Amino acid sequence: MIVMFGKLRSKHDRAVLLIAFWILLALLGPLCSSHDPGAIGMQPVFSGPSMAHLLGTDYLGRDTLARLLNGIRHTVLLCFASTLFSCSVGTFLGIAAVTSRVWVEAVTGRLADGFLSIPSLLFALLVIAVFGTSTGALIMTMGIIYTPGAYRTSRALAQRIARLDFVTVARARGESTPYIILQEILPNMAGPMIADVGLRFIYSVLLLSNLSFLGIGVQPPEVDLGSMVRENMLGMAYGSPAMIVPVIVIAVLTVGINLALDSSSGKR
Amino acid sequence: MAATIQVENLEIVGRRGKGEELPIVRNVSFSVQRGEMLALIGESGSGKTTVALSLLGHIRSGCRIAGGTIRVAGYDVTALTPHERRSMRGRVISYVAQNAGSAFNPALSIMRQVVEPALVHRILPRRELEARAVSLFRVLALPEPETIGERYPGELSGGQLQRLMAAMALMTDPEVVIFDEPTTALDVTTQIEVLAVFKEVFAERGITGVYVTHDLSVVSQIADHAVVLKDGAIRETGTVSKILFQPEDPYSQALLAAAEPRSRQTDLAKRPAQPALLDVRKLVVGYGQATSAGLPEKVIVNHVSFSVPKGGMLGVIGESGCGKSTLARAISGLQPWAAGELFLNGASLAGSVRERTPEQRRHLQLVAQNADSVLNPSKPIGKTLERVVRFYSGLKGEAATRRVNELLDMVRLSPALASRLPSELSGGQKQRINFARALAADPQIVLCDEITAALDTVVAAAILDLMKELQRDLGLSFIFITHDLHALQSICDRVAVLYAGQAVEVGPASTLGKGVHHPYTRLLHDSVPLMEPGWLEATQRRRLAEATPVTTLNPLSPDPELCCFLARCSDRVGGLCDRVPPPVLSVSQGSSVLCHLPASIRPEFLS
Repeated sequence: MIVMFGKLRSKHDRAVLLIAFWILLALLGPLCSSHDPGAIGMQPVFSGPSMAHLLGTDYLGRDTLARLLNGIRHTVLLCFASTLFSCSVGTFLGIAAVTSRVWVEAVTGRLADGFLSIPSLLFALLVIAVFGTSTGALIMTMGIIYTPGAYRTSRALAQRIARLDFVTVARARGESTPYIILQEILPNMAGPMIADVGLRFIYSVLLLSNLSFLGIGVQPPEVDLGSMVRENMLGMAYGSPAMIVPVIVIAVLTVGINLALDSSSGKR
Repeated sequence: MAATIQVENLEIVGRRGKGEELPIVRNVSFSVQRGEMLALIGESGSGKTTVALSLLGHIRSGCRIAGGTIRVAGYDVTALTPHERRSMRGRVISYVAQNAGSAFNPALSIMRQVVEPALVHRILPRRELEARAVSLFRVLALPEPETIGERYPGELSGGQLQRLMAAMALMTDPEVVIFDEPTTALDVTTQIEVLAVFKEVFAERGITGVYVTHDLSVVSQIADHAVVLKDGAIRETGTVSKILFQPEDPYSQALLAAAEPRSRQTDLAKRPAQPALLDVRKLVVGYGQATSAGLPEKVIVNHVSFSVPKGGMLGVIGESGCGKSTLARAISGLQPWAAGELFLNGASLAGSVRERTPEQRRHLQLVAQNADSVLNPSKPIGKTLERVVRFYSGLKGEAATRRVNELLDMVRLSPALASRLPSELSGGQKQRINFARALAADPQIVLCDEITAALDTVVAAAILDLMKELQRDLGLSFIFITHDLHALQSICDRVAVLYAGQAVEVGPASTLGKGVHHPYTRLLHDSVPLMEPGWLEATQRRRLAEATPVTTLNPLSPDPELCCFLARCSDRVGGLCDRVPPPVLSVSQGSSVLCHLPASIRPEFLS
């Protein structure tokens, strides 16, 4: 896989492949381990890697690899879903603000400013305090938190493009607004928007990990990367993989996706 | 005596990204004697700016000097350490950039910026430098030299900023000054003033100069020697009179041929009068709230009327900011107007493009100024054209492709280009595609907004030829908006002269320069540099002779109804022009002129 990855010429393909890899890992990963992520056995806690437990065990003596694969599933899927939400809603509103009447921009703009002024963690705490910590609530919360940012980016991009002559010419021709948005504006803002998606994804991974670390994200018996780190804090003293590996995975996931999307958008 | 500037076998190479090194400048050698002015002539991409900047020891990042020597005033520029280079720049050699508007920091006052280079080199204490700056302002004929330094760049005009930039370059009393297209961004009426001042100052101070330009008429006025560059190599060197009047190299000859004011007029202009295709009546366009009189707060286009006959070509000329582009936007329905009417084929046109019928939209096409931004960068040009064809004629598949190829052929481009993206085309090719896009609609009238402004002379000449061909072959009408009087005269039948939003004169293009005209039209016509040695001095002398008469203007509240050219007019009559709004007068050659036409310019021609 890694060899193939390096050989790919186009940076664009590389980004697509990397995203596909993480989604596949999220979907199929838990099937790769024979251990039950929730099973507390007779094993010692915080044991090192062995043939039976490739990444050792956690603070309850559960298999770290099985829990890690499960944690990746939650983190990746939740964050992809919320990023998808925030970026599509944000882009839609951003373009709408530029192409519709003036009051649309005034209303959406002020709303976005209002949301941006609320600290994201505080907002998440508030929503979760009211609605509880279901998966759906988490996705929506994170989605809403990052929508204003995506909105601002897309509005700024669309504003610049909408002023260019080829859009003017299309309007002079009498093209419909949907055509102008889909054919003239969107393709030309795709590059920077993709880079923005990468950024939003990282933010949501970090926010979810934060929430889980505080104990209000993904709830046991389910697990995500952030809650794994919190559970196994004690293992730090033993150098246990149960604490270190999820941290490394968070870093690799966020930095990798961001680099891949950044370079693919720059090459357009 | 050794030359002040001596460049020998200069080679500069550069690379794009990780590609191979490509030569940018090839084996360039020239020398400039003390007190002389050398012109570097060439089209964009010929390496003229690269050569000029290398004299300062500056090479753009990614490029390097691969060979040759540069000696400026005794310094071996290529061998200097960064520290020595710093001390040489500004003190021995200085630079005047093309766009003074963006070269000044808008947040600092003029004086702080003008004395800065001299201050950096610790030539004199600040107070003495400021005194020197004021004397330079006076020499450069800037208004209010004592206090202009306290102002900010945004408060001054382009021509003033360009002269201030020259003042900045002269502060340290350098031996050599490099000018990089210093008047290209200026209006002709301003350009002549700046050129005249520059020339006087050079002669007075014995400055050795290098003047980078593509404008041959400017070269003929200001330089002693010239070097013609193409693709980084020298094609011809010699005295200006030799290069301009007996060029030997085929490329120099082509450059000259393109710059030569040449008529493309055909007999077409002499056919019987055609009915008006587009009729503009008392159009008013502006911004802001409507005032009590029903006019907008800020009027950009002020009661403009003209008409374009079928198959006719109307030129609209004026300086930047006179409302040319706003007029084009209003006619094409992108900018609503406040008052007036517009008729196409006798039918009234709505102010907004959405309210016009598809037929009306098809018949009136806009070719916008900037070829770089007019094509969607993410679509192959074939797709762009196909969309227009499909939009207006409903052709699909095979038929649409055939039509696209036909259009490409019409603008003299190969059908193979259809699969290219706009970024893979040259400026001239893009402008042709821009044309093809308008033609795809099968229009009756095409509005061309400054379409040749960003192109090199040779390419622009080809575009003008193309326009004339299209007019002849397809019977198209054109409105050609420009600030280039030569281009206008070479193709247009009629001309509308715009000043401060008003059409001060509308008449036949062929009579420009003779007969009775609005004072602004005459000023404009006289300001276009000719390729005659001594033209600059002669014109300046004539201007001085007919200097503005000393009349006290009615100073209180200039009435918007009064003549817009009043403050600059050399023929104004006190008590008439500053009190009574100008009437529209018809003169013998068939023009209508918005002026009282005082006795000094009118005499007996008034019909």
